[in-house]
Amino acid sequence: MAAAGAAATDVEVVRGKRAALFFAAVAIVLGLPLWWKTTETYRAPLPYSQISGLNALQLRLMVPVTVVFTRESVPLDDQEKLPFTVVHEREIPLKYKMKIKCRFQKAYQRALDHEEEALSSGIVQEAEAMLAEPQEQAEGSLTVYVISEHSSLLPQDMMSYIGPKRTAVVRGIMHREAFNIIGRRIIQVAQAMSLTEDVLAAALADHLPEDKWSSDKRRPLKSSLGYEITFSLLNPDPKSHDVHWDIEGAVRRYVQPFLNALSVAGNFSVDSQILYYAMLGVNPRFDPASSSYYLDMHSLPHVINPVESRLGSSAASLYPVLNFLLYVPELAHSPLYIQDKDGAPVTTNAFHSPRWGGIMVYNVDSKAYNGSELPVRVEVDMVQVMEVFLAQLRLLFGISQPHVPPKCLLSGPKSEGLMTWELDQLLWARSVENLATATTTLTSLAQLLGKISNIVIKDDVASEVYRAVAAVQKAAEELASGHLASAFVASQEAVTSSERAFFDPSLLHLLYFPDDQKFAIYIPLFLPMAVPILLSLVKIFLETRKSWKKPEKID
Amino acid sequence: MAAAMPVALVVLLLLWPGGPVLAEAPRDSLREELVITPLPSGDVAATFQFRTRWDSELQREGVSHYRLFPKALGQLISKYSLRELHLSFTQGFWRTRYWGPPFLQAPSGAELWVWFQETVTDVDKSWKELSNILSGIFCASLNFIDSTNTVTPTASFKPLGLANDTDHYFLRYAVLPREVVCTENLTPWKKLLPCSSKAGLSVLLKADRLFHTSYHSQAVHIRPVCRNARCTSISWELRQTLSVVFDAFITGQGKKDWSLFRMFSRTLTEPCPLASESRVYVDITNYSQDNETLEVNPPPTTTYQDVILGTRRTYAVYDLLDTAMINNSRNLNLQLKWKKPPENGYIHYQPAQDRLQPHLLEMLIQLPANSVTKVSIQFERALLKWTEYTPDPNHGFYVSPSVLSALVPSVVAAKPVNWEESPLFNTLFPVSDGSSYFVRLYTEPLLVNLPTPDFSMPYNVICLTCTVVAVCYGSFYNLLTRTFHIEEPSTGGLAKRLANLIRRTRGVPPL
Repeated sequence: MAAAGAAATDVEVVRGKRAALFFAAVAIVLGLPLWWKTTETYRAPLPYSQISGLNALQLRLMVPVTVVFTRESVPLDDQEKLPFTVVHEREIPLKYKMKIKCRFQKAYQRALDHEEEALSSGIVQEAEAMLAEPQEQAEGSLTVYVISEHSSLLPQDMMSYIGPKRTAVVRGIMHREAFNIIGRRIIQVAQAMSLTEDVLAAALADHLPEDKWSSDKRRPLKSSLGYEITFSLLNPDPKSHDVHWDIEGAVRRYVQPFLNALSVAGNFSVDSQILYYAMLGVNPRFDPASSSYYLDMHSLPHVINPVESRLGSSAASLYPVLNFLLYVPELAHSPLYIQDKDGAPVTTNAFHSPRWGGIMVYNVDSKAYNGSELPVRVEVDMVQVMEVFLAQLRLLFGISQPHVPPKCLLSGPKSEGLMTWELDQLLWARSVENLATATTTLTSLAQLLGKISNIVIKDDVASEVYRAVAAVQKAAEELASGHLASAFVASQEAVTSSERAFFDPSLLHLLYFPDDQKFAIYIPLFLPMAVPILLSLVKIFLETRKSWKKPEKID
Repeated sequence: MAAAMPVALVVLLLLWPGGPVLAEAPRDSLREELVITPLPSGDVAATFQFRTRWDSELQREGVSHYRLFPKALGQLISKYSLRELHLSFTQGFWRTRYWGPPFLQAPSGAELWVWFQETVTDVDKSWKELSNILSGIFCASLNFIDSTNTVTPTASFKPLGLANDTDHYFLRYAVLPREVVCTENLTPWKKLLPCSSKAGLSVLLKADRLFHTSYHSQAVHIRPVCRNARCTSISWELRQTLSVVFDAFITGQGKKDWSLFRMFSRTLTEPCPLASESRVYVDITNYSQDNETLEVNPPPTTTYQDVILGTRRTYAVYDLLDTAMINNSRNLNLQLKWKKPPENGYIHYQPAQDRLQPHLLEMLIQLPANSVTKVSIQFERALLKWTEYTPDPNHGFYVSPSVLSALVPSVVAAKPVNWEESPLFNTLFPVSDGSSYFVRLYTEPLLVNLPTPDFSMPYNVICLTCTVVAVCYGSFYNLLTRTFHIEEPSTGGLAKRLANLIRRTRGVPPL
């Protein structure tokens, strides 16, 4: 009876064990994957390794330089060796994670007949006009003509000449080492016309550590797809001054040609407005010596803020706004001058604030007050104003004075106020800046997504990331092969795609779903279910271990 | 703002001087006007209107130059191809029974209605973007306008300006009755004025006085109007209106007398030099014949008589551009003292779709004389989704006010008015003939109490369900895994000993 009872109990115990194991198996095999699958956040795969690879990207900026030798420029036996190609490569030392190398690929060739003819003329502008017609040069490329040592094309003391387009002229030499000497001169000229440390450092100003480059150098406007330019005439005293400005004509004559030349770098829209009773934030000081008023340099930053609230937000677009203010001081404070650090009045009576715009003070001619009653009609001299504003516009875009090598003649500016190679320089800088921005954005996005596992990554976000990575790589390739225009387009696409991925609102949906709430919901279900399973598993484990040890003891 | 630095100009740009600049007539003009109306109840209503007219085809693309017209709104017109825009912010309710008919009423909260040009392809998208931008410009919650509170009226809200055809597809209308109007809405509105608040009538716009009133309504109306009599080309008109009703008894210590200084705590000091017309009208109807009842100081130089809202009214006119007006006393403080206390039918119904669009009921009714018409609507209260409740659900939910647009026959036949010459307050609504006038009235918004659930309910439900599941599961699990076997009774065990102790004290034999 007892044995039968014990046997029955044993059967019961085994059945109980099996049931417990089965429960555990169902919970693990069926329950856990089901729970995992239903609560999973959707995360599309991203090219993490490629993104981290972008940080170590080596940028090779290739500048194709065509060097054309005329007949008497180098010794005859040297001419026999033409044509051939020389590559000059140099690393640009910047404290930036991206290594940037500058590569001048010089293709030496002999001049064609029509080029010989053009360069034999006496005046350099004429020669240029004859040369420019047959071929249109690609963006970013340069052509350097080497003329004979005694040519009268350039003044006798000048060794080289930089033209307004993509051409330059260098004087040749009759020497055994002719190619080496000329090669060095060509590099000097080509650097002045395309890539220098200054240009790239200014372009990367946001990404470089604060040092001598970024702190005292100007910070150019950030790269964007478009820009809004607003000219505002501030008339704080309409009772005394009835100010008129022919802004429509001025924009048409001076600003539009400049912007047309710049149109490769972005879309521009121009507006103008007149604001009355708009005061500056600072009270000017009176200078009894010259009976005039002045604003000193350290008070200039306070001038802008109160005016800015009246300027009106550019509600209709997302592009950055450049403000150019023409301030006609009120009668009680005129004439008004801006003083520089040393207390001397600034000749242009204007100042600019990087990435914001420029302000110019326009004093009404004191003769106008004689004999006429208020308000005095004031016609603004738009040539004087636009000269200042256009110069400020160039500075805001980071187009600086070129570093001309010694004994080099610089041609006069074109009518648009912008030389073609300056535009190329801007495109180089913008491409590098765009690549840096896109890389930074992608890296931080990848970091963020890696750190926070709650974020949903939708397919369209992932595709934007892929597109951005591909565009960065394409831009780097195009830069290395010297196709500036397509590189710039690709770099813009990289920035746009990467920012669109980074700022996609779908990333935020589940971001603030805290863990404690999740556990508060899970615990009432999971705890009562898991505890019996775990306890019986532990019990079974202990018993089997005991039963394994028992036979050993018998032995 | 980043550090500013003087520019040393080394770059010489090749600029050539332009031709002689022709002095041309200004293509934009500003008229400003203030109407002060003593109301039958003793309150005082002040209505400002600032009208900027701009002779320009804004729709044309290209460079735009703004002088008096504000750039922010001009850019909106050209970017979103607007034909008309009407935006009002109102605090309080115009009590027609006590105050008489208003020049211009607006519903409580924010109201926005916009006619788009026919060239707009995706009206809903433009409407959404536009309301977002306006919300930024006027610091208001217009960004809460979405498809759930937007309607497209088919009979009311015809364009107020020039319009060739009126396809209501291009009209959008929305009201936010919950919107609270405050100083931050007034400041951007004042910034749109050419003279800001530095000169002219806008000096009186002092926020702390304007919001200390029984009714405050500010509005922006943009519409195209004829440029000349033959209407060969269009101009854009921006009207900024502001109506306030001052409680005269409170500010005037029980008297109905008022003055500009008492109402606005400012006086008029100088005219806006940009305005081509700057006038103050004071309603002195019925009292002008005998100077016994009231006295206006300074005495008006001219008066203006016309049929306004169906009755003949007389106004004292003060022209600020008249140099003698202000120069005599350096400032102008208008005062008024009372000497004696004075004595077919069309129905369009568009049912709501849940969470997509609201109900729209429009009726065109001809009312018989001396009759009462009641329109009542039954509705059921329903539970919303729990995320759709506002943070204070017990406050209730607003139902937008209903609108009554009517052509009321005039008591006196008005003479045909010259559109450009007559004062602004009389020409906002186009009137076909003089025998009737147009009124638009709004009722109060309705506050409905919806049933509000217990918001901790979802979590309670989760906990309860989990507990039930866990209890079922637990007993099931126990049943399946426990082994049952008969156990010999044994002495010992704390419980048994305790039980025996108790049994012994009770005198019962132990177990």
